[in-house]
Amino acid sequence: MSATANTKGAISIRNLTKIYDPDGVNVMAVDNCSLEIAAGEVCMIVGPSGCGKTTLLNGIAGFHSITEGEIYLDDELLCGPSKPKAEQGADRMVVFQHGALFPWKTLSENVAYGPMVQGVLKKNEALEKAGHMLAEAGLGDVGHKYPGEVSSGMARRAEIVRALINDPKVLLLDEPYRAMDSLTKSIMHEALLEVYDRTKVTIFFITHDLEEAIFLGDRVAIMTTRPATIKKIVDVKIPRPRSYETLSSEGFRKLVDETKEAVHEEAIKAFEAGERELA
Amino acid sequence: MSEMNLTTPKMEKPTGLAMTMHQWKTALQTKTPYLMTFGIALWLGAYYLFVEGWELPRFNKLPGPVEVITEWLNPDPDWGMSLFTPEYYDHVTVSCRRILISFGIATGVGVPLGLFMGWSKVFRDYSFPILETLRPIPILAWVPLAILMFTGFETPVIFLATLASLFVTTLNTLLGVDSIDDDYFRAAKSLGSKQHHIFFHIVVPGALPFIFTGLQISVGVAWFSLVAAEMVSGEFGLGYLIVDSYMNITYVTMVIGMLTLGFTGWASSVIVRMVGNRMMQWRLRALALEGR
Repeated sequence: MSATANTKGAISIRNLTKIYDPDGVNVMAVDNCSLEIAAGEVCMIVGPSGCGKTTLLNGIAGFHSITEGEIYLDDELLCGPSKPKAEQGADRMVVFQHGALFPWKTLSENVAYGPMVQGVLKKNEALEKAGHMLAEAGLGDVGHKYPGEVSSGMARRAEIVRALINDPKVLLLDEPYRAMDSLTKSIMHEALLEVYDRTKVTIFFITHDLEEAIFLGDRVAIMTTRPATIKKIVDVKIPRPRSYETLSSEGFRKLVDETKEAVHEEAIKAFEAGERELA
Repeated sequence: MSEMNLTTPKMEKPTGLAMTMHQWKTALQTKTPYLMTFGIALWLGAYYLFVEGWELPRFNKLPGPVEVITEWLNPDPDWGMSLFTPEYYDHVTVSCRRILISFGIATGVGVPLGLFMGWSKVFRDYSFPILETLRPIPILAWVPLAILMFTGFETPVIFLATLASLFVTTLNTLLGVDSIDDDYFRAAKSLGSKQHHIFFHIVVPGALPFIFTGLQISVGVAWFSLVAAEMVSGEFGLGYLIVDSYMNITYVTMVIGMLTLGFTGWASSVIVRMVGNRMMQWRLRALALEGR
Protein backbone atom coordinates (compact mmCIF):
# COMPACT_ATOMS: atom_id res chain seq x y z
CA MET A 1 0.00 0.00 0.00
CA SER A 2 0.99 3.64 0.29
CA ALA A 3 4.18 4.83 1.94
CA THR A 4 2.24 6.83 4.52
CA ALA A 5 0.18 3.82 5.45
CA ASN A 6 -1.86 4.19 8.57
CA THR A 7 -1.08 2.09 11.59
CA LYS A 8 -4.38 2.53 13.37
CA GLY A 9 -7.88 1.48 12.50
CA ALA A 10 -7.58 -2.25 11.82
CA ILE A 11 -10.95 -3.95 12.19
CA SER A 12 -11.27 -7.63 12.84
CA ILE A 13 -14.68 -9.23 12.63
CA ARG A 14 -14.55 -12.80 13.93
CA ASN A 15 -17.34 -15.33 13.50
CA LEU A 16 -20.02 -12.71 13.87
CA THR A 17 -23.62 -13.86 14.08
CA LYS A 18 -26.60 -11.61 14.55
CA ILE A 19 -30.11 -12.87 15.13
CA TYR A 20 -32.99 -10.41 15.22
CA ASP A 21 -36.07 -11.43 17.04
CA PRO A 22 -39.03 -9.44 15.80
CA ASP A 23 -42.25 -10.76 17.36
CA GLY A 24 -40.59 -13.93 18.54
CA VAL A 25 -39.68 -15.04 15.03
CA ASN A 26 -35.94 -15.37 14.79
CA VAL A 27 -34.35 -13.83 11.76
CA MET A 28 -30.71 -14.55 11.21
CA ALA A 29 -29.23 -11.45 9.61
CA VAL A 30 -25.58 -12.40 9.71
CA ASP A 31 -24.24 -15.92 10.00
CA ASN A 32 -20.72 -16.68 11.17
CA CYS A 33 -19.14 -13.87 9.22
CA SER A 34 -15.44 -13.08 9.47
CA LEU A 35 -13.58 -10.21 7.88
CA GLU A 36 -10.18 -8.66 8.46
CA ILE A 37 -9.70 -5.06 7.47
CA ALA A 38 -6.19 -3.67 7.62
CA ALA A 39 -5.39 -0.24 9.02
CA GLY A 40 -5.77 2.38 6.35
CA GLU A 41 -7.64 0.09 3.99
CA VAL A 42 -10.72 1.03 2.01
CA CYS A 43 -12.97 -1.97 2.38
CA MET A 44 -16.16 -1.96 0.37
CA ILE A 45 -19.08 -4.13 1.42
CA VAL A 46 -21.36 -5.06 -1.46
CA GLY A 47 -24.49 -7.13 -1.29
CA PRO A 48 -28.17 -7.20 -2.15
CA SER A 49 -30.50 -4.82 -0.31
CA GLY A 50 -31.34 -5.93 3.20
CA CYS A 51 -28.75 -8.67 3.33
CA GLY A 52 -27.26 -7.56 6.63
CA LYS A 53 -24.55 -5.15 5.56
CA THR A 54 -25.79 -2.48 7.92
CA THR A 55 -25.90 -5.05 10.72
CA LEU A 56 -22.12 -5.28 10.48
CA LEU A 57 -21.83 -1.52 10.62
CA ASN A 58 -24.20 -1.31 13.59
CA GLY A 59 -22.08 -3.84 15.41
CA ILE A 60 -18.85 -1.91 14.82
CA ALA A 61 -20.40 1.47 15.62
CA GLY A 62 -22.13 0.18 18.74
CA PHE A 63 -25.69 0.91 17.63
CA HIS A 64 -26.84 -2.69 18.06
CA SER A 65 -25.68 -5.68 20.01
CA ILE A 66 -24.32 -8.76 18.33
CA THR A 67 -25.46 -12.30 19.09
CA GLU A 68 -22.22 -14.24 18.73
CA GLY A 69 -18.62 -13.61 17.74
CA GLU A 70 -16.31 -10.69 18.34
CA ILE A 71 -15.28 -7.44 16.76
CA TYR A 72 -11.86 -5.94 17.47
CA LEU A 73 -10.48 -2.53 16.67
CA ASP A 74 -6.68 -2.52 16.72
CA ASP A 75 -6.65 -5.65 18.90
CA GLU A 76 -9.00 -4.06 21.38
CA LEU A 77 -12.28 -5.83 21.92
CA LEU A 78 -15.22 -3.68 20.81
CA CYS A 79 -17.88 -6.28 21.39
CA GLY A 80 -18.00 -9.96 22.08
CA PRO A 81 -19.69 -12.49 24.34
CA SER A 82 -18.78 -10.51 27.45
CA LYS A 83 -20.24 -7.25 26.12
CA PRO A 84 -22.65 -7.73 23.22
CA LYS A 85 -22.87 -4.02 22.43
CA ALA A 86 -19.83 -1.87 21.67
CA GLU A 87 -19.44 1.54 23.27
CA GLN A 88 -20.06 4.31 20.80
CA GLY A 89 -17.04 6.49 20.35
CA ALA A 90 -15.45 9.17 18.23
CA ASP A 91 -12.78 6.71 17.05
CA ARG A 92 -15.43 5.20 14.74
CA MET A 93 -17.36 7.87 12.90
CA VAL A 94 -20.48 7.03 10.96
CA VAL A 95 -21.79 8.77 7.87
CA PHE A 96 -25.44 7.86 7.73
CA GLN A 97 -27.49 6.65 4.81
CA HIS A 98 -29.99 9.49 5.02
CA GLY A 99 -27.56 12.02 6.42
CA ALA A 100 -27.55 13.04 10.03
CA LEU A 101 -26.21 16.56 10.12
CA PHE A 102 -28.19 18.33 12.83
CA PRO A 103 -30.62 20.48 10.84
CA TRP A 104 -30.76 23.09 13.62
CA LYS A 105 -27.03 23.77 13.49
CA THR A 106 -25.12 25.46 10.69
CA LEU A 107 -22.54 23.40 8.82
CA SER A 108 -19.74 25.01 10.89
CA GLU A 109 -21.55 24.32 14.14
CA ASN A 110 -22.13 20.74 13.07
CA VAL A 111 -18.46 20.22 12.33
CA ALA A 112 -17.38 21.98 15.53
CA TYR A 113 -19.78 19.91 17.65
CA GLY A 114 -17.56 16.85 18.21
CA PRO A 115 -14.40 18.54 19.51
CA MET A 116 -16.58 20.92 21.52
CA VAL A 117 -18.57 18.32 23.46
CA GLN A 118 -15.52 16.12 23.93
CA GLY A 119 -13.89 19.08 25.59
CA VAL A 120 -10.95 18.92 23.18
CA LEU A 121 -11.44 22.47 21.95
CA LYS A 122 -13.27 25.53 23.23
CA LYS A 123 -16.28 26.61 21.22
CA ASN A 124 -14.59 29.38 19.25
CA GLU A 125 -11.49 27.27 18.63
CA ALA A 126 -13.66 24.44 17.40
CA LEU A 127 -15.58 26.77 15.11
CA GLU A 128 -12.36 28.16 13.74
CA LYS A 129 -10.99 24.69 13.02
CA ALA A 130 -14.34 23.72 11.49
CA GLY A 131 -14.09 26.73 9.20
CA HIS A 132 -10.64 25.68 8.02
CA MET A 133 -11.66 22.10 7.44
CA LEU A 134 -14.80 23.09 5.57
CA ALA A 135 -12.76 25.42 3.38
CA GLU A 136 -10.36 22.57 2.68
CA ALA A 137 -13.30 20.49 1.49
CA GLY A 138 -14.48 23.30 -0.77
CA LEU A 139 -17.27 24.36 1.59
CA GLY A 140 -15.71 27.58 2.81
CA ASP A 141 -18.55 29.75 1.58
CA VAL A 142 -21.43 27.78 3.03
CA GLY A 143 -20.25 27.17 6.60
CA HIS A 144 -22.84 29.61 7.94
CA LYS A 145 -25.71 27.86 6.19
CA TYR A 146 -28.03 25.28 7.64
CA PRO A 147 -28.05 21.76 6.18
CA GLY A 148 -31.52 22.40 4.76
CA GLU A 149 -30.15 25.25 2.69
CA VAL A 150 -27.43 23.38 0.81
CA SER A 151 -27.48 20.59 -1.75
CA SER A 152 -27.41 16.99 -0.60
CA GLY A 153 -23.92 16.65 -2.04
CA MET A 154 -22.63 19.55 0.03
CA ALA A 155 -24.41 18.28 3.12
CA ARG A 156 -22.86 14.86 2.69
CA ARG A 157 -19.43 16.33 2.24
CA ALA A 158 -19.90 18.41 5.38
CA GLU A 159 -20.94 15.28 7.25
CA ILE A 160 -17.67 13.65 6.28
CA VAL A 161 -15.81 16.74 7.49
CA ARG A 162 -17.76 16.52 10.77
CA ALA A 163 -16.46 12.96 11.12
CA LEU A 164 -12.88 13.76 10.14
CA ILE A 165 -12.41 16.63 12.58
CA ASN A 166 -12.43 14.02 15.35
CA ASP A 167 -9.48 12.28 13.75
CA PRO A 168 -11.25 8.91 13.77
CA LYS A 169 -9.54 5.58 13.30
CA VAL A 170 -12.33 4.35 11.08
CA LEU A 171 -14.87 5.98 8.85
CA LEU A 172 -18.07 3.95 8.54
CA LEU A 173 -20.19 4.90 5.55
CA ASP A 174 -23.62 3.40 5.01
CA GLU A 175 -24.59 3.87 1.36
CA PRO A 176 -23.97 7.58 1.69
CA TYR A 177 -24.48 8.36 -1.99
CA ARG A 178 -27.45 6.11 -2.54
CA ALA A 179 -30.01 8.75 -3.42
CA MET A 180 -27.73 10.84 -5.60
CA ASP A 181 -27.70 11.18 -9.35
CA SER A 182 -24.65 9.79 -11.10
CA LEU A 183 -23.10 13.18 -11.80
CA THR A 184 -23.21 14.27 -8.17
CA LYS A 185 -22.03 10.82 -7.20
CA SER A 186 -18.91 11.14 -9.35
CA ILE A 187 -18.05 14.43 -7.66
CA MET A 188 -18.61 12.85 -4.25
CA HIS A 189 -16.36 9.93 -5.16
CA GLU A 190 -13.52 12.17 -6.17
CA ALA A 191 -13.92 14.19 -2.99
CA LEU A 192 -13.84 11.05 -0.87
CA LEU A 193 -10.77 9.74 -2.69
CA GLU A 194 -9.10 13.07 -2.10
CA VAL A 195 -9.90 12.84 1.61
CA TYR A 196 -8.60 9.30 1.74
CA ASP A 197 -5.37 10.11 -0.05
CA ARG A 198 -4.79 12.87 2.46
CA THR A 199 -5.76 11.09 5.68
CA LYS A 200 -5.40 7.36 4.92
CA VAL A 201 -8.17 6.70 7.39
CA THR A 202 -9.60 3.18 7.38
CA ILE A 203 -12.85 3.20 5.43
CA PHE A 204 -15.69 0.71 5.83
CA PHE A 205 -18.07 1.54 3.02
CA ILE A 206 -21.41 -0.15 2.39
CA THR A 207 -22.93 0.03 -1.06
CA HIS A 208 -24.84 -2.04 -3.55
CA ASP A 209 -23.23 -0.29 -6.47
CA LEU A 210 -20.49 -2.57 -7.74
CA GLU A 211 -18.74 0.02 -9.89
CA GLU A 212 -18.63 2.41 -6.97
CA ALA A 213 -17.15 -0.35 -4.83
CA ILE A 214 -14.39 -1.22 -7.27
CA PHE A 215 -13.62 2.40 -8.06
CA LEU A 216 -13.16 3.38 -4.41
CA GLY A 217 -11.99 0.23 -2.69
CA ASP A 218 -8.78 -1.60 -1.98
CA ARG A 219 -10.87 -4.69 -1.45
CA VAL A 220 -14.48 -5.48 -2.17
CA ALA A 221 -16.26 -7.94 0.10
CA ILE A 222 -19.29 -9.43 -1.60
CA MET A 223 -21.93 -10.60 0.82
CA THR A 224 -24.41 -13.39 0.33
CA THR A 225 -28.09 -12.80 0.75
CA ARG A 226 -29.55 -13.25 4.23
CA PRO A 227 -28.23 -14.71 6.45
CA ALA A 228 -25.21 -12.78 5.30
CA THR A 229 -21.72 -14.06 5.19
CA ILE A 230 -18.77 -13.22 2.95
CA LYS A 231 -19.17 -14.83 -0.45
CA LYS A 232 -16.08 -13.54 -2.13
CA ILE A 233 -13.37 -10.97 -1.55
CA VAL A 234 -12.01 -9.17 -4.58
CA ASP A 235 -8.64 -7.42 -4.44
CA VAL A 236 -8.63 -4.22 -6.43
CA LYS A 237 -5.13 -3.74 -7.68
CA ILE A 238 -5.77 -0.45 -9.44
CA PRO A 239 -3.08 2.01 -8.31
CA ARG A 240 -3.90 5.17 -6.39
CA PRO A 241 -4.45 8.03 -6.75
CA ARG A 242 -7.42 7.11 -8.90
CA SER A 243 -9.40 9.47 -11.03
CA TYR A 244 -12.38 9.26 -13.26
CA GLU A 245 -10.25 7.98 -16.12
CA THR A 246 -9.86 4.83 -14.08
CA LEU A 247 -13.49 4.03 -14.81
CA SER A 248 -12.82 3.54 -18.50
CA SER A 249 -9.56 1.65 -18.05
CA GLU A 250 -9.45 -1.94 -19.18
CA GLY A 251 -8.39 -3.23 -15.77
CA PHE A 252 -11.41 -1.64 -14.15
CA ARG A 253 -13.89 -2.98 -16.70
CA LYS A 254 -12.42 -6.44 -16.44
CA LEU A 255 -12.74 -6.44 -12.66
CA VAL A 256 -16.35 -5.31 -12.86
CA ASP A 257 -17.15 -8.07 -15.34
CA GLU A 258 -15.50 -10.70 -13.21
CA THR A 259 -17.35 -9.63 -10.11
CA LYS A 260 -20.75 -8.90 -11.57
CA GLU A 261 -21.73 -12.55 -11.76
CA ALA A 262 -21.27 -13.15 -8.03
CA VAL A 263 -23.30 -10.10 -7.05
CA HIS A 264 -26.03 -10.83 -9.55
CA GLU A 265 -26.41 -14.36 -8.26
CA GLU A 266 -27.02 -13.11 -4.73
CA ALA A 267 -29.38 -10.40 -5.93
CA ILE A 268 -31.53 -13.04 -7.63
CA LYS A 269 -31.57 -15.18 -4.50
CA ALA A 270 -32.55 -12.20 -2.39
CA PHE A 271 -35.28 -11.23 -4.80
CA GLU A 272 -36.72 -14.74 -4.93
CA ALA A 273 -36.67 -15.04 -1.14
CA GLY A 274 -38.74 -11.87 -1.18
CA GLU A 275 -38.06 -11.16 2.46
CA ARG A 276 -38.56 -7.79 3.95
CA GLU A 277 -35.32 -5.85 4.21
CA LEU A 278 -33.88 -5.53 7.68
CA ALA A 279 -31.67 -2.76 8.84
CA MET B 1 -36.21 30.52 -6.90
CA SER B 2 -33.52 28.56 -5.09
CA GLU B 3 -31.16 28.67 -8.07
CA MET B 4 -31.59 32.39 -8.25
CA ASN B 5 -30.52 32.80 -4.63
CA LEU B 6 -27.53 30.56 -5.09
CA THR B 7 -26.17 32.34 -8.12
CA THR B 8 -26.52 35.79 -6.59
CA PRO B 9 -25.24 35.30 -3.06
CA LYS B 10 -23.90 38.84 -2.81
CA MET B 11 -27.31 40.46 -3.30
CA GLU B 12 -27.92 42.61 -0.26
CA LYS B 13 -31.02 42.01 1.72
CA PRO B 14 -33.22 45.04 2.33
CA THR B 15 -33.68 45.92 5.97
CA GLY B 16 -36.01 48.00 8.14
CA LEU B 17 -38.68 50.00 6.38
CA ALA B 18 -37.47 49.00 2.91
CA MET B 19 -37.90 45.36 3.85
CA THR B 20 -41.40 45.92 5.22
CA MET B 21 -42.38 47.80 2.06
CA HIS B 22 -40.88 45.04 -0.04
CA GLN B 23 -42.77 42.37 1.90
CA TRP B 24 -46.03 44.27 1.49
CA LYS B 25 -45.44 44.69 -2.20
CA THR B 26 -44.72 41.01 -2.68
CA ALA B 27 -47.73 40.06 -0.58
CA LEU B 28 -50.01 42.25 -2.69
CA GLN B 29 -48.86 40.44 -5.81
CA THR B 30 -50.23 37.15 -4.52
CA LYS B 31 -53.88 36.15 -4.39
CA THR B 32 -53.89 35.86 -0.61
CA PRO B 33 -54.88 39.41 0.46
CA TYR B 34 -57.68 39.57 -2.13
CA LEU B 35 -59.07 36.19 -1.20
CA MET B 36 -58.94 37.12 2.47
CA THR B 37 -60.80 40.37 1.81
CA PHE B 38 -63.34 38.56 -0.30
CA GLY B 39 -63.86 35.92 2.41
CA ILE B 40 -64.46 38.52 5.08
CA ALA B 41 -66.80 40.51 2.80
CA LEU B 42 -68.77 37.39 1.98
CA TRP B 43 -69.20 36.51 5.63
CA LEU B 44 -70.12 40.05 6.67
CA GLY B 45 -72.51 40.33 3.72
CA ALA B 46 -74.34 37.15 4.64
CA TYR B 47 -74.47 38.20 8.28
CA TYR B 48 -75.90 41.58 7.26
CA LEU B 49 -78.48 40.18 4.86
CA PHE B 50 -79.74 37.48 7.22
CA VAL B 51 -80.01 39.74 10.25
CA GLU B 52 -80.53 43.29 9.11
CA GLY B 53 -81.38 43.04 5.38
CA TRP B 54 -83.95 40.30 5.05
CA GLU B 55 -84.58 40.00 8.79
CA LEU B 56 -85.04 36.25 8.54
CA PRO B 57 -86.95 34.57 11.38
CA ARG B 58 -84.74 33.82 14.41
CA PHE B 59 -81.91 35.82 12.86
CA ASN B 60 -83.83 39.04 13.45
CA LYS B 61 -83.36 38.56 17.19
CA LEU B 62 -79.57 38.94 16.81
CA PRO B 63 -77.63 42.18 16.75
CA GLY B 64 -76.61 42.86 13.14
CA PRO B 65 -73.18 43.91 11.89
CA VAL B 66 -74.13 47.55 11.32
CA GLU B 67 -75.57 47.84 14.79
CA VAL B 68 -72.54 46.15 16.39
CA ILE B 69 -69.94 48.17 14.50
CA THR B 70 -71.76 51.46 15.13
CA GLU B 71 -71.92 50.69 18.82
CA TRP B 72 -68.31 49.51 18.90
CA LEU B 73 -67.11 52.79 17.40
CA ASN B 74 -69.55 55.00 19.28
CA PRO B 75 -67.90 57.54 21.62
CA ASP B 76 -71.15 57.59 23.58
CA PRO B 77 -72.37 53.98 23.40
CA ASP B 78 -76.04 53.17 23.87
CA TRP B 79 -75.31 50.06 25.93
CA GLY B 80 -72.32 51.41 27.80
CA MET B 81 -69.45 49.59 26.10
CA SER B 82 -67.33 50.64 23.11
CA LEU B 83 -63.76 51.42 22.05
CA PHE B 84 -64.16 54.75 23.80
CA THR B 85 -65.09 53.50 27.27
CA PRO B 86 -62.37 52.64 29.80
CA GLU B 87 -64.32 49.58 31.07
CA TYR B 88 -63.87 47.95 27.66
CA TYR B 89 -60.10 48.08 28.07
CA ASP B 90 -60.37 46.88 31.66
CA HIS B 91 -61.99 43.68 30.43
CA VAL B 92 -59.44 43.23 27.65
CA THR B 93 -56.45 43.88 29.92
CA VAL B 94 -57.72 41.61 32.66
CA SER B 95 -58.19 38.73 30.21
CA CYS B 96 -54.86 39.34 28.50
CA ARG B 97 -53.07 39.44 31.83
CA ARG B 98 -54.67 36.17 32.87
CA ILE B 99 -53.66 34.59 29.55
CA LEU B 100 -50.12 35.84 29.94
CA ILE B 101 -49.87 34.32 33.40
CA SER B 102 -51.56 31.01 32.62
CA PHE B 103 -49.88 30.52 29.24
CA GLY B 104 -46.58 31.45 30.85
CA ILE B 105 -46.99 28.91 33.64
CA ALA B 106 -48.28 26.25 31.26
CA THR B 107 -45.30 26.74 28.94
CA GLY B 108 -42.78 27.00 31.75
CA VAL B 109 -44.01 23.74 33.27
CA GLY B 110 -45.30 21.90 30.19
CA VAL B 111 -42.25 22.21 27.94
CA PRO B 112 -39.71 20.90 30.48
CA LEU B 113 -42.18 18.22 31.59
CA GLY B 114 -42.71 17.05 28.02
CA LEU B 115 -38.98 17.15 27.28
CA PHE B 116 -38.18 15.01 30.31
CA MET B 117 -41.00 12.60 29.53
CA GLY B 118 -39.72 12.22 26.00
CA TRP B 119 -36.12 11.95 27.02
CA SER B 120 -36.30 9.62 30.01
CA LYS B 121 -38.17 6.36 29.71
CA VAL B 122 -38.35 6.02 33.49
CA PHE B 123 -39.82 9.48 33.93
CA ARG B 124 -42.36 8.80 31.21
CA ASP B 125 -43.42 5.52 32.79
CA TYR B 126 -44.06 7.36 36.04
CA SER B 127 -45.99 10.26 34.66
CA PHE B 128 -47.67 9.27 31.41
CA PRO B 129 -50.69 7.42 32.92
CA ILE B 130 -51.48 10.41 35.12
CA LEU B 131 -51.25 12.81 32.21
CA GLU B 132 -53.46 10.64 30.05
CA THR B 133 -56.09 10.30 32.79
CA LEU B 134 -56.26 13.98 33.64
CA ARG B 135 -56.05 15.24 30.06
CA PRO B 136 -59.50 14.20 28.81
CA ILE B 137 -61.34 15.79 31.77
CA PRO B 138 -63.04 18.87 30.33
CA ILE B 139 -62.09 22.14 31.86
CA LEU B 140 -65.65 22.85 33.02
CA ALA B 141 -65.53 19.70 35.13
CA TRP B 142 -62.60 21.22 37.02
CA VAL B 143 -64.54 24.35 37.94
CA PRO B 144 -66.01 23.15 41.27
CA LEU B 145 -62.67 21.73 42.34
CA ALA B 146 -60.89 24.93 41.38
CA ILE B 147 -63.32 26.97 43.46
CA LEU B 148 -62.87 24.61 46.41
CA MET B 149 -59.09 24.63 46.14
CA PHE B 150 -58.44 28.31 45.61
CA THR B 151 -59.79 31.42 47.25
CA GLY B 152 -60.87 34.59 45.51
CA PHE B 153 -61.78 35.09 41.87
CA GLU B 154 -58.38 35.31 40.28
CA THR B 155 -56.57 32.12 41.22
CA PRO B 156 -59.27 29.61 40.20
CA VAL B 157 -59.61 31.28 36.81
CA ILE B 158 -55.88 31.23 36.19
CA PHE B 159 -55.64 27.65 37.44
CA LEU B 160 -58.28 26.50 34.96
CA ALA B 161 -56.71 28.27 31.98
CA THR B 162 -53.27 26.97 32.93
CA LEU B 163 -54.43 23.41 33.30
CA ALA B 164 -55.96 23.07 29.85
CA SER B 165 -53.04 24.62 28.08
CA LEU B 166 -50.53 22.66 30.16
CA PHE B 167 -51.78 19.31 28.86
CA VAL B 168 -51.58 20.41 25.23
CA THR B 169 -48.07 21.78 25.63
CA THR B 170 -46.80 18.73 27.49
CA LEU B 171 -48.19 16.24 25.03
CA ASN B 172 -46.93 18.10 21.97
CA THR B 173 -43.48 18.50 23.47
CA LEU B 174 -43.40 14.80 24.26
CA LEU B 175 -44.41 13.93 20.71
CA GLY B 176 -41.77 16.38 19.50
CA VAL B 177 -39.05 14.46 21.29
CA ASP B 178 -40.44 11.20 19.90
CA SER B 179 -40.31 12.64 16.39
CA ILE B 180 -36.53 13.14 16.47
CA ASP B 181 -34.80 10.70 14.15
CA ASP B 182 -32.72 8.06 15.95
CA ASP B 183 -29.76 8.82 13.71
CA TYR B 184 -29.35 12.23 15.37
CA PHE B 185 -29.01 10.58 18.77
CA ARG B 186 -26.59 8.03 17.36
CA ALA B 187 -24.54 10.69 15.63
CA ALA B 188 -24.47 12.85 18.74
CA LYS B 189 -23.38 9.95 20.91
CA SER B 190 -20.69 8.87 18.45
CA LEU B 191 -19.41 12.44 18.40
CA GLY B 192 -18.80 12.14 22.12
CA SER B 193 -21.86 13.82 23.66
CA LYS B 194 -22.64 13.38 27.31
CA GLN B 195 -26.25 13.16 28.45
CA HIS B 196 -26.60 16.90 29.04
CA HIS B 197 -25.19 17.66 25.59
CA ILE B 198 -27.77 15.37 24.04
CA PHE B 199 -30.52 17.08 26.00
CA PHE B 200 -29.59 20.63 25.07
CA HIS B 201 -28.21 20.07 21.56
CA ILE B 202 -30.55 17.36 20.25
CA VAL B 203 -33.67 16.95 22.37
CA VAL B 204 -34.53 20.61 22.81
CA PRO B 205 -33.90 21.92 19.26
CA GLY B 206 -35.23 18.72 17.69
CA ALA B 207 -38.53 19.01 19.53
CA LEU B 208 -38.90 22.73 18.86
CA PRO B 209 -41.10 22.50 15.72
CA PHE B 210 -43.60 20.34 17.60
CA ILE B 211 -43.34 22.51 20.69
CA PHE B 212 -44.36 25.59 18.75
CA THR B 213 -47.19 23.83 16.97
CA GLY B 214 -48.31 22.82 20.45
CA LEU B 215 -47.94 26.34 21.81
CA GLN B 216 -50.13 27.76 19.05
CA ILE B 217 -52.83 25.30 19.97
CA SER B 218 -52.29 25.76 23.67
CA VAL B 219 -52.61 29.55 23.55
CA GLY B 220 -55.99 29.02 21.88
CA VAL B 221 -56.95 26.44 24.48
CA ALA B 222 -55.89 28.88 27.19
CA TRP B 223 -58.27 31.45 25.72
CA PHE B 224 -61.29 29.23 25.59
CA SER B 225 -60.78 27.73 28.99
CA LEU B 226 -60.19 31.19 30.39
CA VAL B 227 -63.47 32.40 29.00
CA ALA B 228 -65.27 29.35 30.34
CA ALA B 229 -63.75 30.03 33.73
CA GLU B 230 -64.58 33.72 33.59
CA MET B 231 -68.17 32.89 32.76
CA VAL B 232 -68.48 30.81 35.89
CA SER B 233 -66.43 32.82 38.29
CA GLY B 234 -64.86 36.22 37.93
CA GLU B 235 -65.81 39.84 37.95
CA PHE B 236 -63.89 41.09 34.95
CA GLY B 237 -62.63 39.77 31.67
CA LEU B 238 -64.08 39.14 28.24
CA GLY B 239 -65.79 35.91 29.28
CA TYR B 240 -67.45 37.70 32.15
CA LEU B 241 -68.43 40.57 29.83
CA ILE B 242 -70.14 38.17 27.43
CA VAL B 243 -72.15 36.38 30.12
CA ASP B 244 -72.92 39.60 31.94
CA SER B 245 -74.23 41.25 28.75
CA TYR B 246 -76.37 38.21 28.08
CA MET B 247 -77.87 38.44 31.58
CA ASN B 248 -78.57 42.15 31.11
CA ILE B 249 -79.99 41.58 27.62
CA THR B 250 -77.39 43.89 26.08
CA TYR B 251 -76.77 41.59 23.12
CA VAL B 252 -74.82 44.16 21.15
CA THR B 253 -72.19 44.37 23.89
CA MET B 254 -72.15 40.57 23.99
CA VAL B 255 -71.20 40.39 20.30
CA ILE B 256 -68.58 43.12 20.77
CA GLY B 257 -67.09 40.97 23.52
CA MET B 258 -67.08 37.91 21.27
CA LEU B 259 -65.40 39.69 18.38
CA THR B 260 -62.84 41.27 20.69
CA LEU B 261 -62.07 37.82 21.98
CA GLY B 262 -61.62 36.58 18.42
CA PHE B 263 -59.17 39.33 17.54
CA THR B 264 -57.09 39.10 20.71
CA GLY B 265 -56.95 35.31 20.37
CA TRP B 266 -55.79 35.62 16.79
CA ALA B 267 -53.16 38.19 17.75
CA SER B 268 -51.83 35.95 20.51
CA SER B 269 -51.30 33.02 18.18
CA VAL B 270 -49.61 35.29 15.63
CA ILE B 271 -47.18 36.35 18.35
CA VAL B 272 -46.46 32.74 19.26
CA ARG B 273 -45.86 31.92 15.61
CA MET B 274 -43.50 34.87 15.21
CA VAL B 275 -41.46 33.85 18.25
CA GLY B 276 -41.32 30.30 16.87
CA ASN B 277 -40.08 31.46 13.49
CA ARG B 278 -37.44 33.54 15.15
CA MET B 279 -36.20 30.59 17.17
CA MET B 280 -36.25 28.20 14.22
CA GLN B 281 -34.40 30.05 11.48
CA TRP B 282 -32.97 26.74 10.27
CA ARG B 283 -36.42 25.42 9.55
CA LEU B 284 -37.79 28.63 8.11
CA ARG B 285 -34.94 28.91 5.63
CA ALA B 286 -35.18 25.31 4.51
CA LEU B 287 -38.93 25.67 3.99
CA ALA B 288 -38.42 28.92 2.09
CA LEU B 289 -36.12 27.16 -0.36
CA GLU B 290 -38.81 24.59 -0.93
CA GLY B 291 -41.05 27.46 -1.90
CA ARG B 292 -43.25 27.37 1.18
